Amino acid sequence: MMDILSSLELTPFVLSLKLASLTTLILFLLSVPLSWYLSQTSSKAKPFFEALTALPLVLPPSVIGFYLLIAFSNNIFGLELVFSFSGLVVASCLYSLPFMVQPLQNGFESLNKNMLEASYLSGKTKFQTILRVALPNMKPALLTALVVTFAHTIGEFGVILMVGGSIPGETKVASVAIYEAVEIMDYTTAHIYSAMMLSMSFIVLLSIYVFNHKHKKSFGGFR
Amino acid sequence: MININITKKLHAKKSSMELDIQLQIKQGSFVALYGKSGSGKTTMLRVLAGLEDAQGEIEVDGETWLNSSTSLAPQKRNIGFVFQDYALFSNMSVEQNLLFVKADKKLSKKLLEMTQLDSLKDRMPNTLSGGQQQRVALCRAMMREPKLLLMDEPLSALDPSMRNKLQTDILNFHKEFQTTTIMVSHDPSEIYKLCEHVVVLEDGKIINEGTPKEVLLKTRGSQKFSLEGKLLDIIKVDVIYVAVVSIGQQIVEVVVSESEINTLVVGENVTVSTKAFAPTLTRIMNF
Repeated sequence: MMDILSSLELTPFVLSLKLASLTTLILFLLSVPLSWYLSQTSSKAKPFFEALTALPLVLPPSVIGFYLLIAFSNNIFGLELVFSFSGLVVASCLYSLPFMVQPLQNGFESLNKNMLEASYLSGKTKFQTILRVALPNMKPALLTALVVTFAHTIGEFGVILMVGGSIPGETKVASVAIYEAVEIMDYTTAHIYSAMMLSMSFIVLLSIYVFNHKHKKSFGGFR
Repeated sequence: MININITKKLHAKKSSMELDIQLQIKQGSFVALYGKSGSGKTTMLRVLAGLEDAQGEIEVDGETWLNSSTSLAPQKRNIGFVFQDYALFSNMSVEQNLLFVKADKKLSKKLLEMTQLDSLKDRMPNTLSGGQQQRVALCRAMMREPKLLLMDEPLSALDPSMRNKLQTDILNFHKEFQTTTIMVSHDPSEIYKLCEHVVVLEDGKIINEGTPKEVLLKTRGSQKFSLEGKLLDIIKVDVIYVAVVSIGQQIVEVVVSESEINTLVVGENVTVSTKAFAPTLTRIMNF
């Protein structure tokens, strides 16, 4: 047993974690302004943007992967993105976008509008208001957005396989490694990888629910 | 001096109306905006604060806040605003709420001491009572040392004894800082106690203005007792009729003749008045 564990290749997991962390960070920075805009606007274009950001929820990963592959091979970003780690990051950002935007938008929308206005009337800019008033007052939504995006990126498979292939140390992330292990009938590795994924996902989800439950208890009492 | 000349189309549930206000306010005065709900009081306050746009001009001490070419952002208008629902920053302690506006510990200490909140300065807003929260909100509004203090029914969510305390705080602040203040209220007793000028709005227009005495006391000058109330019921007792009227929080009975009841409709507002008698004031003992 110890032999198996010590000979186990952990690079796919490290890669998965690296990909998920980077994706979560980049998406957070991009999604805060986007979801703030969506939560505050009364523009007629709002449903259009909402539908657009929700698309990755319903599209088969193969469709996203296919379009990205086409886009990347035309080299429109000026970067080598096909079958590379950077390509995976771009693909993951697109694929996980709704998981970041939607909880943040809901969080922003649930805030007391007067509280935000009070901040403007205190002379604070929108940026200061978002950073110091809005985000700290929607911790459950914030945590949900971050953790679910992270977990969803770890669990990504189809898009990665299409855009990144399976280059060890570059694009061979945990989910792809499991797929390959099963294909070559290496069930031991598949078992260990899968069990690790399973327990990791469960712990992540459990921690969100525990935190949000506690938060509700401590903040819901007074009103 | 504050010059206000604004128009704005309002779309209410039933119909649309136009807010059309021309008003001059003296520096340092305490003005009440009085009127039924839906008359445009809150909108006017929000337009002054820059939270809603409007056409026209607003000029405060020679500084243009609004005209046809510019509209100063709420951040740039030096305003203190007190909301009906307090709207404190719930992620910050009492003191942090004040310091967020301006990092002036001396001023925050002074304001908290004036409202006897200094012992609560490290508490979080959601552990305070409504009255305490509103006092914090009042202090927070004063932190910018505003040119104009706007209050949107600041006391309507509070119980009577708490209201009294806050009215005193508001008066103390007004005496100390001489801030020009506009308060939306539909409580005549509160206006009488706090304000020196009342502006009455109806359907977005000013229909009356003057001192609280001129505007609110309907029987000025005559030796007459007159109270407004709501007619709850008319009961026939033998040959006479008794009207049951609720005035303030009390119920009174008034004898009315048969001819009079024809003009009265249960549920409508009525005036109860008498003349030529000497009212006696007796102290009410509070237990």
